Amino acid sequence: MTRIHQPESGIRATDLHRRMYRDMLLAREINDRMLILNRQGRAAFAVTGTGHEAAQVGSAHALKRGVDWVLPYYRDTGVMVVLGMSAEQIMLSLFAKADDPNSGGRQMPNHWSFPEQRVVTRSSVIGANLPHAAGIAYASKLRGLDEVAVVYFGEGATAQGDFHEALNFSAIHQLPVLFFCENNGYAISETSEKQMSVRHVAERARGYDIPASTVDGNDVLAVHQEMRWSVEEARRGHGPKLIEAKTYRLVPHTSSDDDRRYRPRAEVEEWARNDPIDRFRTRLIEAGTLADEEGEQWAAEVREEVDQAVDRAWAAADPAAESALRHVFREADGSP
Amino acid sequence: MTESTYIEAIHAALEEELERFPTMVILGEDIQEGGVFRVTDGFLDRFGPQRVLDTPLAESSIAGVAIGMAQNGAVPVAEIQFADFSFPAFNQLVSEAARWRYRSNGASGCPIVVRMPYGAGIQGALYHSQSPEAFYAHVPGLKVVAPATPHDAKGLLKAAIRDPDPVIYFEHKRAYRLIRGDVPDEDYVVPIGKAALRREGGDLTVIAWSMMLHESLEAASELAAEGIETTVLDLRTLAPLDRDAILDAARATGKVLIVHEDNISGGLGGEIAALIAEHAFDYLDAPIRRLATPDIPAMPFSKPLEDYWLPSKERSAAAMRELAAY
Ligand SMILES: Cc1ncc(C[n+]2csc(CCOP(=O)(O)OP(=O)(O)O)c2C)c(N)n1
Ligand SMILES: [Mg+2]
Repeated sequence: MTRIHQPESGIRATDLHRRMYRDMLLAREINDRMLILNRQGRAAFAVTGTGHEAAQVGSAHALKRGVDWVLPYYRDTGVMVVLGMSAEQIMLSLFAKADDPNSGGRQMPNHWSFPEQRVVTRSSVIGANLPHAAGIAYASKLRGLDEVAVVYFGEGATAQGDFHEALNFSAIHQLPVLFFCENNGYAISETSEKQMSVRHVAERARGYDIPASTVDGNDVLAVHQEMRWSVEEARRGHGPKLIEAKTYRLVPHTSSDDDRRYRPRAEVEEWARNDPIDRFRTRLIEAGTLADEEGEQWAAEVREEVDQAVDRAWAAADPAAESALRHVFREADGSP
Repeated sequence: MTESTYIEAIHAALEEELERFPTMVILGEDIQEGGVFRVTDGFLDRFGPQRVLDTPLAESSIAGVAIGMAQNGAVPVAEIQFADFSFPAFNQLVSEAARWRYRSNGASGCPIVVRMPYGAGIQGALYHSQSPEAFYAHVPGLKVVAPATPHDAKGLLKAAIRDPDPVIYFEHKRAYRLIRGDVPDEDYVVPIGKAALRREGGDLTVIAWSMMLHESLEAASELAAEGIETTVLDLRTLAPLDRDAILDAARATGKVLIVHEDNISGGLGGEIAALIAEHAFDYLDAPIRRLATPDIPAMPFSKPLEDYWLPSKERSAAAMRELAAY
């Protein structure tokens, strides 16, 4: 089946593509900078999504902002950039500052929570938020609301019981949920052969009668097209879908990991030649959507944006020490 | 006031709250058929299968789906068929529900209720008898209640459903049809976090909850005939503890016995004893005593083994006499 690629309503395809490219650049710059700041001893910990930007940006651009529910995981800097979390806000989280919108410095960086964009707080526990997406979608259906929930996770998460319980529940009730897997072939050091006996995560969905597809996760337009179609299907009441985006992390698992112990350099270099940002730039320039100099200029702009974000976040206030005791239960001031 | 059984009170609370909140959903295994204890009898016809939801046999997702529902305007009340089977959901309750508000820095909460039939005395053997309240009461961010009377069963369930934070509701399966009492006809809640003084006497204090409260009260009447007067405190809420009520009850007599069905080591009795030792030591006239089940993995099936294991009215009375005589 061929599907016509339709841009977001009201946006010309070329404008959308340019925006996606810029979002990818910004996400990459933030990712890279977070690791550098860790190496400089300024950030206690960093977890980044370098290499995953096409999967994240392409998929997130298929969502209705402020309407659809988003449950991203720790690699999803690109998703958050699309949803409008600023570089400064992300750096506030990296430095665990009081104004970090995700958790006020309570959680590790990249543990997203952004209520204004319906991004739901998550823990570090792999797979645990998949049933939350099912529950959110169940409530959307119960209340007759036109919303879709998308939950992001790695292929390692698909070994968890919660993955299977969430797929099962969503399929039984034909819920508007998208399961978006960023399959980078590794769960820390474990290759996917150690996580599953099937070759593709998409095959796992078959047992639940959930339509699933595997896409080139380093091709932002392929991801976007598949996601758009799946989101619309879910919105039309046709039930859950699973999308597996095959990609690769070009960096260690986190700042605490040394991937040289388990990944051959040749493999990393080969994937680096398949860098989703380089691929998209070549394509945009060939199509005449982006001028060469423009690409350079944007790269300089995002560097400047991230420089400033780092400076401002670094200078921002830490949480007051005794505030550690707050928000165990709802306080009398009537927060949500 | 109308006299009702404990199970009728729980049923009525659910029914009235289902009426009150159009997006309230009760979910669990076999609940459309009324549940294995028939707590949810008749709800399917009244409220339909979307709001009276039979879930797959998968406790982690029962809790996890409830958490998701609560984020999107639904009012979920989950049932774990037996508290013994709550452990597959432990991660969802402890890592997710309990930490939700804290980790979002107060930006969002997790208002779910998880009902768990629990407790021993019906020959339920190892996996249909457990009292795992201490696991949950240990976790900041969870509220834990364990009502003893039909009045409190109804009022605490309503309070739990209306609470902005996650509440684990332990309902004692032996109490369902055994315990009767007056229940107000009008709408009411019993506030979470408040213990209730069930009896006052100057010789010693017993602290208990749920079925062990009833065993202790019966023992206290027996002792009264012998001239020993007992103060009996019904905790009702196990987390957060009503510290003031506990300390007042301890100070009132200077002799404290704590009775629970959970095994003794690491049970809530230890926490209550520590609280009293730290804050009311000067008032004590005797060592704090605990009467609880022995440290074996869980209750065995055979009747003689069960009777040996479970604290009874007789054993409560014996422990109370000993303490009174100290
Ligand atoms: C339940 C649980 N077990 C272990 C961990 C430690 N851990 C963090 S990330 C990770 C690997 C996850 O791999 P995958 O799901 O493929 O995502 P990726 O990091 O590759 O994007 C592990 C084992 C955890 N966070 N949660
Ligand atoms: Mg992986």
